[in-house]
Amino acid sequence: MSCVVGIDLGSTTTKAVVLEETGAILGRGITNSRSNYDLAAAVARTEAFINARFGLIQQRAASAIAATAVQKLRRAFVLEQFLHQLRRLEQLMQEEVQRSIPAALRPAYERALEKVCSLILDEEEDRFTQPPAARSDFFRDSAGSAFMRLAEEVAGSHGVTFDRLVGLYDKCIIRVENEPLELDFRDHIGEALHRIGDPIELAGAVDAAVATDLTPAFTVGTGYGRARLPFPKEQIRSEILCHGLGAHALFPLTRTVLDIGGQDTKAIQVDPDGIVTGFQMNDRCAAGCGRYLGYIADEMNLGLHELGPLAEKSTRTVKINSTCTVFAGAELRELLSLGQKREDILAGLHRAIVLRAMSLLARSGGVSDEFTFTGGVAKNPAAVRAIRELVEENYGARQINISADSIYTGALGAALFAKRMVS
Amino acid sequence: MAQKEILKDRSMILQKEMIARHFERLEQAPANHEPVVYTFVPGNLTELIRSFGALPVLPEINALQSGMRKLSGDYIAEAERAGHSEDVCAYVKCDIGMVKSGNIGPSGTKLPKPDLLLLSYTGCYTFMKWFELLREEYDCPAVFFHVPYQGDGKLEPEHREYMIRQLREQVIPALEKATGRAYDEEKLRENLRLSALAEDDLVAVLQSGKLKPSPIDGYFGTVYYVGPIFSAFRGTEEGVEYYRALREEVYARAAAGLGPIVPDGSLDDQRYRLVVEGPPSWTHFRDFWKMFTDEKAVVVASTYTKVGGTYDFGFRHNPDDPLGTLADYCSGCYTNLNLPSRIEMISRYIREYEADGFVINSIKSCNSFSAGQLMILREVEKRTGVPGAFIESDLVDPRYFSQANIKNRLESYFQMIESRRQGSGTGATVASDPLTSAAVA
Repeated sequence: MSCVVGIDLGSTTTKAVVLEETGAILGRGITNSRSNYDLAAAVARTEAFINARFGLIQQRAASAIAATAVQKLRRAFVLEQFLHQLRRLEQLMQEEVQRSIPAALRPAYERALEKVCSLILDEEEDRFTQPPAARSDFFRDSAGSAFMRLAEEVAGSHGVTFDRLVGLYDKCIIRVENEPLELDFRDHIGEALHRIGDPIELAGAVDAAVATDLTPAFTVGTGYGRARLPFPKEQIRSEILCHGLGAHALFPLTRTVLDIGGQDTKAIQVDPDGIVTGFQMNDRCAAGCGRYLGYIADEMNLGLHELGPLAEKSTRTVKINSTCTVFAGAELRELLSLGQKREDILAGLHRAIVLRAMSLLARSGGVSDEFTFTGGVAKNPAAVRAIRELVEENYGARQINISADSIYTGALGAALFAKRMVS
Repeated sequence: MAQKEILKDRSMILQKEMIARHFERLEQAPANHEPVVYTFVPGNLTELIRSFGALPVLPEINALQSGMRKLSGDYIAEAERAGHSEDVCAYVKCDIGMVKSGNIGPSGTKLPKPDLLLLSYTGCYTFMKWFELLREEYDCPAVFFHVPYQGDGKLEPEHREYMIRQLREQVIPALEKATGRAYDEEKLRENLRLSALAEDDLVAVLQSGKLKPSPIDGYFGTVYYVGPIFSAFRGTEEGVEYYRALREEVYARAAAGLGPIVPDGSLDDQRYRLVVEGPPSWTHFRDFWKMFTDEKAVVVASTYTKVGGTYDFGFRHNPDDPLGTLADYCSGCYTNLNLPSRIEMISRYIREYEADGFVINSIKSCNSFSAGQLMILREVEKRTGVPGAFIESDLVDPRYFSQANIKNRLESYFQMIESRRQGSGTGATVASDPLTSAAVA
């Protein structure tokens, strides 16, 4: 099956989209950029192809029973990938114990690590049997939070220190993330099928998906780290063009696009064919970009995805003076010390970010109908609410489009450019 | 081919030699009892200064040269240690830092103290503060020549008279006192005559940007070309000789159908023709230039290369009206023009040089240049139908140059022009909302 690939190497996450020859989306993949763009691109691409193969299985799974089985298989596959990484993490941590822990203390640490990892494994197995619950897509986040929680419990009873356990984890998680692991479809589909009891209704579909040749005819890269892609120049497109074209593909009546990414914010005007006619970006300072929210989440000890819902609980918005990423913590602590509530501060922060984006939109030529909001921050309900309010205040009623897959807009645009190259 | 390379080399060698000679002479000036006058590029009165046998020093040029030689970061840090704020004009801090670090000029020779600070242009108020600081530093006389701003886009006759009166009653007496010589109008006329000769040749060079391919880069290459005429060499035989050689060299390139020499060789295959507004980033000059040449973009005209005089619209120094012509010159420098005049000039360049686009480099620490540039962008887009790009950096503060950010914007911009060129067969479209850009493919 002929296909094309678009890769968007963002400063925070790396996304890949696989398109069929017809332009239909076959699969999407995402991973954290982990300061290693080469690997992140490979992982996102692999994930997108896994997703594509599950899409093929889904297409062939005619009955409702089969469709449910595919969902279960998908979750089993993700679990197998997780366990594969967990095993490697444990192996590396045990090796690290031999290297850096004094001989007398080693057995205690070996046992403690074994215990923590087996508890994580049990939790994951349990989780699989429960209804699906939202959490980060990335091994680093989910394994990390479980490790911290369980290491604290285990440390005391095993006569080891929590700090040392965390030190072992920190040292090894980077290695797990940065070595090419066998996480591809063929590596784990057998185990996943086995885990769900090798259902007969999926056998043919899985075999067909495994056998399908998905060699991309062309790949186009974009995003902050695009220069790191081992592609010739004609395979690299600017993020501005990709977000413009991607937004156009998702919502063909789009005329204005706003993308709030990790490192930069872009206000883009496009014509009826998705061709960019003008744009504005923030300058080198990443104030008010996605990264700012990341720092705020760290300061508040929250997950990035928890910020928006908490801000939505606000009853009064606190005015924020600075969206400077460097001073984010200072601003936050000052407001807390003045007795402001966390949710009210967060509501103010979201509004401040959006105000900065509004200024870029005005510089780029305003907000035309229809307006499409893309990038990771478009997943945040508080940011979306602020956008809706401010667009209406400044430009009147506008159709505002936000796709559930808005984070993939740039990669989709890149894949569409790849498709044009083929045709 | 070999001959052309020699010709190319000739103007560069000439320039290098004349600048080196000038700085050596400056170093020896105290020993040789040659008076020294510090002044600024916009509105510089070089012919008048030289008619008194004095040598000009241009602190801005020293600052930008320090930027190009990667010295400005340390100088700025030195000035900030002395209490100058991060937001102050980076040229000023670079100069103050250089003075405080021993006043060794960009070519490695020591700069002499000024006998007079001649503030001959006032459109930038920072210049006034700059010379106030230098007056404190050197404890030397300063003379203030007020140049009225062209708020209505033209020089009023009474403003011209006012300037001539200031030259006669304040500037000339101050120069007489500082140099110990009497005003010699014949000498001034002779200098002005030489200026006009060099200006003719410079304009011919600038206008060669209309050719396809353009034999010059009208921004990155041209900041070198305007060096002598913007600094110490207007109204000198050396200046005349330099511009004659440069013109021959550029004409030879044009005749051979060659583009300009750029960091990676000769840019003969030119994919984009651009107009640029605003000064370059001196600290990353080559990197910045390469962002254009890597995309095969040539700059055909720029406004920054007119800060020391807008000769390409007809002005020449006139020896028959020595003080009047100096007034005309000072008031017509690009930095003294109002926004409508700047918009008209950029639009004219885009039309006359058949540009595909224009780029505004907005300078963080220069409000005088940067204020209003977004309005310029919108209006020029509207008038010409050509898309503009907006980037931000600084003159000589290396901290404000973000390679990834600027490259990202420029690449996006070039790809945007390209995709608009290719279009999709649907032809021109106009955004329906009056708030959006009216620029169309």
